[in-house]
Amino acid sequence: MLKLSWHAISGHLILILGAIFMTAPVWVAFMSSTHSAETLFREGLQAWPGGHFFENYNEVLFVEGGVMKRVTASMMLWNSLLLGIGFAIGKVVISTLAAYAIVYFRFRLATPLFWIIFMTLLLPLEVRIIPSYEVVAGMGLLDTHTGLILPLIASATGTFYFRQFYKSVPEELLEAARLDGANAWQFFIDILIPISKTMIAAILIIMFVVGWNQYLWPLIMTTNEDNYTLVIGIKQIYQVLSEGGELPQFQKAYALTILATLPPVIVVLVFQSWFVKGLVESEK
Amino acid sequence: MAEVKLTNVNKVYSNGAHAVRGVNMEIADGEFIVFVGPSGCGKSTLLRMVAGLETVTEGDLFIDENRINDVSPAERNVAMVFQNYALYPHMTVRGNMSYGLKNRGDSKEEIEQKVIAAAKTLHIEDFLDRQPNQLSGGQRQRVAMGRAIVRNPKVFLFDEPLSNLDAKLRVQMRIEIKKLQRKMGVTSIYVTHDQTEAMTLADRLAVINNGQIEQMGKPIELYKDPKTLFVASFIGSPQVNLLLVQYDGKFLKSGSLEIGGFEGLPIAEELVLGLRPEHLRIDDQGKLTMKIDLVEQHGADNLIYGSLEGAKNEDGDDLELCLRLNQDQEPSIGDTIKLSYDHSNALVFNKETGNRLI
Ligand SMILES: Nc1ncnc2c1ncn2[C@@H]1O[C@H](COP(=O)(O)OP(=O)(O)OP(=O)(O)O)[C@@H](O)[C@H]1O
Ligand SMILES: [Mg+2]
Repeated sequence: MLKLSWHAISGHLILILGAIFMTAPVWVAFMSSTHSAETLFREGLQAWPGGHFFENYNEVLFVEGGVMKRVTASMMLWNSLLLGIGFAIGKVVISTLAAYAIVYFRFRLATPLFWIIFMTLLLPLEVRIIPSYEVVAGMGLLDTHTGLILPLIASATGTFYFRQFYKSVPEELLEAARLDGANAWQFFIDILIPISKTMIAAILIIMFVVGWNQYLWPLIMTTNEDNYTLVIGIKQIYQVLSEGGELPQFQKAYALTILATLPPVIVVLVFQSWFVKGLVESEK
Repeated sequence: MAEVKLTNVNKVYSNGAHAVRGVNMEIADGEFIVFVGPSGCGKSTLLRMVAGLETVTEGDLFIDENRINDVSPAERNVAMVFQNYALYPHMTVRGNMSYGLKNRGDSKEEIEQKVIAAAKTLHIEDFLDRQPNQLSGGQRQRVAMGRAIVRNPKVFLFDEPLSNLDAKLRVQMRIEIKKLQRKMGVTSIYVTHDQTEAMTLADRLAVINNGQIEQMGKPIELYKDPKTLFVASFIGSPQVNLLLVQYDGKFLKSGSLEIGGFEGLPIAEELVLGLRPEHLRIDDQGKLTMKIDLVEQHGADNLIYGSLEGAKNEDGDDLELCLRLNQDQEPSIGDTIKLSYDHSNALVFNKETGNRLI
């Protein structure tokens, strides 16, 4: 009995410490973002709320020249959302289709193709970033949303997951659909997509977060402030800060950081149950 | 309503497996055909070729005089019931049943009406809005049947549709399938490896072995008059007793056992004598002596197992014999009994070729 409760206490202690360790920086950033530039400059980081919440966030979100020269955080938020959503949807569309082709159309190159795709899993974006840039530049897509999203949506991971899933779908389902007069496209849309919807949801969520956090590619791709994503904005604002001159606007940097973390958090919280279902359940 | 014809149908899979070898068959309109055979003999392959799910390597398939080798599965207008039912898991029962009709372009009202009618026939009208995972195995089976009959196809194809059900339900569904098929008069092909299903359902039975049809005919014909050793041992439960014998011009000899009463058999060749358990009877004048080592009571009858004195099987052990008796005849384990049999029921085969001689 004694031993058990000791176990529970020490376990909880470790968990609580861990939780504090993880959340404290976020808390401090959030609190600091509600103070004035002067307070931060004079007294350093703040652990308790200050009185400038609305002022700071309003300026960051809506006032031109508040953060960058021209663009507002709401604009960057919008760009980030576009990138996150476009990235996630693009990846799901491409990888479901690719996996469908690999699993159901037994063309001769299916297996080697799959392994080539699988091997590209090992190569991060950074390896192909120069050629990708060349291609996008050649197509005149620099500084566009299309150019930002398109080169990222091929997904070896997604293709791999969907392939594994489709392989577990009983063959008879396809045969029943064929006897029911479904063509390849109808089978895909009417049967395969609906039965993989929890999986699709899980991948959408993961990919949204990954897309949201993209850093290097948007950094290289976008030169126009109008196309900055939040992540890029944060990097820029810190750069401006360190170059100095005027009073450093740390409160804005923190506000921007908090804004940048919010959407992924919301998405994960809202879709948590789906997410877990998609990863755990193997629906057939 | 349709006739189905197969002429010299062959199937060679891409890995070289020759699954179906030169099958010829004519199925009359409304006939219920059952394919039986051991696992891997090509039953499913043959059925799936009729369905259009496998290509035909050689030979021709006809439905009503139309060659259908290259016709798509949907256009053949056949319906298939799968062993695992293959219901669309995300659709309701109604959705499952109407999917084919929708793809065919039937109108909404028409679909609803057909689905309701089919559901009534199969007593699943209360489940129309449920999804398959909310149904029991038996109910799923009915839905699978419903999906087949709702399209009013020319041919029903069944691939071991009852093998996932428990014994009682299997008997019940078997009877229902038979009744339904009678009522609808739809030509049907049914694959099973269950003897009883095969015997009871079939108008005609095709015993398939190694990709070929060993024999095709009415179930009772195959039982009474098997053309080969394979058919004899496949049809009938419990299995026919097989004695390895040689003919010396007068007697069939197995070990020290001599069995008389046969004429005109080839001399000094390896032969097989087949005696069905139900054709043996206790008879004090009998020539066969059996020592009982197991009695199984099945209710209506008793199965008696024991060794036949003198006769050896292929391994040189005493031959195991099975005998079916009425439930009121119950000899005890360890007893020795004398048996006789009707000569007219004895089957003699050439061991080498498997062909029936008598
Ligand atoms: N897709 C395939 N590719 C290659 N060979 C196959 C394929 N399907 C079946 N075979 C082979 O063809 C032969 C016949 O198979 P089939 O499935 O028709 O047997 P079956 O009589 O239905 O057996 P069971 O009673 O076990 O279902 C087997 O030897 C099998 O290994
Ligand atoms: Mg089979």
